[in-house]
Amino acid sequence: MNRRTVITGMAVRTPGGGSTKEFWDLISNGRSATRVITRFDPSPYRSQVVGECDFDPQLENLTPREIRRMDRAAQFGVVCAREALADSGLDTADLDPAKVAVSVGSAIGSPTSLEHEYRILSDGGRHWEVDEAYLSPHMFDFMVPSAIVKEVAWAVGAEGPAMMVSDGCTSGMDAIGHARDLITEGSADIVVAGGTDASISPMVVACFDAIKATTPRIDEPERACRPFDRTRNGFVLAEGAAMLVLEEYEHARRRGARVYGEVAGYATRCNAYHMTGLKTDGIEMAEAVRHALDEARANPTDVDYINAHGSGTTQNDRHETAAFKRSLGEHAYRTPVSGIKSMIGHSLGAIGAIEIAACALALVNDVVPPTANLHEPDPECDLDYVPLTAREARLDTVLSVGSGFGGFQSAVVLHGPRKAAA
Amino acid sequence: MKRAVVTGIGVVAPNGLTTEDFWAATLKGRSGIREVEFGDTRYSARFGGRITDFDDKRHIPSRLLPQTDRMTRLALYAAESAFRDAELDPEAVAGYGSGVTLSNAAGGFALSHRELKKLWGEGPKSVSAYLSFAWFYACNSGQISIRHGLRGPSAALVAEQAGGLDAIGYSRRSVRRGTRMVLTGGVESALDPWGWISHISSGRVARPAAADRAFLPFGTDAAGYVPGEGGAVMVLEDRDEADARRAPRRYGEIAGYAATFDPAPGTGRPPGLRRAAENALADAGLAPADIDVVFADGAGSPDLDRAEAEAISAVFGPRAVPVSVPKALVGRLYAGGAPLDVATALLSIRDDVIPPVPAAVEPDPEYGIDLVVGEPRHVPVRRALVLARGRGGFNSAVVVTAAA
Repeated sequence: MNRRTVITGMAVRTPGGGSTKEFWDLISNGRSATRVITRFDPSPYRSQVVGECDFDPQLENLTPREIRRMDRAAQFGVVCAREALADSGLDTADLDPAKVAVSVGSAIGSPTSLEHEYRILSDGGRHWEVDEAYLSPHMFDFMVPSAIVKEVAWAVGAEGPAMMVSDGCTSGMDAIGHARDLITEGSADIVVAGGTDASISPMVVACFDAIKATTPRIDEPERACRPFDRTRNGFVLAEGAAMLVLEEYEHARRRGARVYGEVAGYATRCNAYHMTGLKTDGIEMAEAVRHALDEARANPTDVDYINAHGSGTTQNDRHETAAFKRSLGEHAYRTPVSGIKSMIGHSLGAIGAIEIAACALALVNDVVPPTANLHEPDPECDLDYVPLTAREARLDTVLSVGSGFGGFQSAVVLHGPRKAAA
Repeated sequence: MKRAVVTGIGVVAPNGLTTEDFWAATLKGRSGIREVEFGDTRYSARFGGRITDFDDKRHIPSRLLPQTDRMTRLALYAAESAFRDAELDPEAVAGYGSGVTLSNAAGGFALSHRELKKLWGEGPKSVSAYLSFAWFYACNSGQISIRHGLRGPSAALVAEQAGGLDAIGYSRRSVRRGTRMVLTGGVESALDPWGWISHISSGRVARPAAADRAFLPFGTDAAGYVPGEGGAVMVLEDRDEADARRAPRRYGEIAGYAATFDPAPGTGRPPGLRRAAENALADAGLAPADIDVVFADGAGSPDLDRAEAEAISAVFGPRAVPVSVPKALVGRLYAGGAPLDVATALLSIRDDVIPPVPAAVEPDPEYGIDLVVGEPRHVPVRRALVLARGRGGFNSAVVVTAAA
């Protein structure tokens, strides 16, 4: 018996995207939401442009206690999980909680809260031997980020397998891949799966400054992230979350659920090369793409759109361009490729899930979102990167890829609702 | 279906830096729980499972020292030990057929602490480039992948103390789906001052007067756990591949795995540990009577010990199976704890002996479990159940069996 996995609910919170509709309006219109840091004084930092969510936990109906005990990443996750479940039309009263699982991707857990507590415990960095008298009872849950998973599981009433997948910047995609596997093997019928990272804290900004991975561009903040453009010079750090309801196909069909698409193939590989560096050949990412296509029983020529990692670094652009050519051959030149990080920045462990949500919306709407800020194509990157303006196209099979610190290279193949129903 | 067997074990524990030293210490009741000291500062808890004989310069290549937190150094060492024990040359299996999936819970806390002190004490320009990756949860998996050329399916999982079993279950799935070898397990370390008091913030850390009274799971005097560092990394291989290369050892098979989550507070529904154990047994195709020993989570707090004892009795019947908690000698190792228990279970199978909990544990008779106390119990051991719980409601169970 071949159990298939379909997407029946989703919710996102991104810069400029306070709801799924706002998110899709933003990216399908090629608008960027990156801006200069407002959450703290940006002036000491090399990189000052980020993607921030306008997220108010009170307006999102979190209770005072939820707000107190949850890091911002957990807040994002819980809000999205509740909304995704509502979007799916599932009634939790009808579900066996043992068959509901949770799979959350996060690269860095709870840095905002960790840093906040650290500053208090050390009195602003003055003391190495921190003062226990100022210890918060929530500190442990900030240290160990599976607390985020706990909150999501409570929010949706899950009692099946629950865990965090933390593979750096492929976490969100890998969490959805793991969720798909839980359904395939029969460990769950429903998985609330996605990614969340609340990365806009001084510690995170400073660490990417230290390796010059983020762009120092400050003028025209909305034009800071420029994947595949000759003038790009780093990624734009962002925060956000996406949660999907993944459901076993027959389960969804029996209840007449709306289907956004099918998670038809997934694979991850490692480059075993460098914790932060990429080779230009894209070999391991190509291997992941080939394997994901195999799982989806799709040929390279079936791929109608590639949602690129498109972080806005030179090494990434060349790496994945090579990977697409290596895995799709000549078809790579005929396939639209775009990077939505140009509009919402790079939210680390969340972005892989956000991009899968974007792919599902692209499939439902038959629209390819564009790569914003692409005015001067890098001659080394010679594919069709859909500059500036969205494109209508019949989409039945799309590919999304991700690349992460630690060397992780992942790929997901989604089929659209027409193909999923076939 | 392909079968996943453990062919190599790498242990890094407070009471032993090699598998055999750890095993001898575990059988003899030699503890790695010691006083944790931080200059003149006194914290409310002062005993931890500390590794005191790890020589960074000898065990880790010098070029990796600046870019690694202690947790990663311990993990690299355990991974190398596991390869050596398996007599598997990483170069021979490097490529897409080999992966690494470890659990991690706290990240490289000491390194984060050091860099945050620089950030807030001296300013952003003083922050090390290594903060960009050396503390994060995927760091151990990534560094091991790079060091040994492992390019196959790999991951890092977080589910507090239960995550180590999840990593093993995840890796078994990779093997079943065609990966010939996965390094799996988990290693943890967060014993800097900030890490130490963060442990304390769990509200469940013991504050005993003496090290030998520190961690007394299922005892009448249980008053919390002791945080520790270390863990285990194992070579998990497709059995056919292990046969083909004439692997010198097959410690056992990962025959069953399951994970569950406790219901949200206030629902009145039963906790999930029993279901995890039952599902893992069903996954292995075994009945409770087939199990020779249970390695319990052994939280060391009366409420959690009682809940676990009830789950064990519900599955097996009262006092129907020997139970042990070897982590009483090393502390709670978070992501490293359950993999070390799996390694211990495999050694029990190898030597037909169940290690005891220390004699200081006076079993609470109300729990109705057959706790192995004081002296090792020499009985045939063919199949073991390992249980783990993670703070917040995570439950995982693994069944290991003697390799056929």
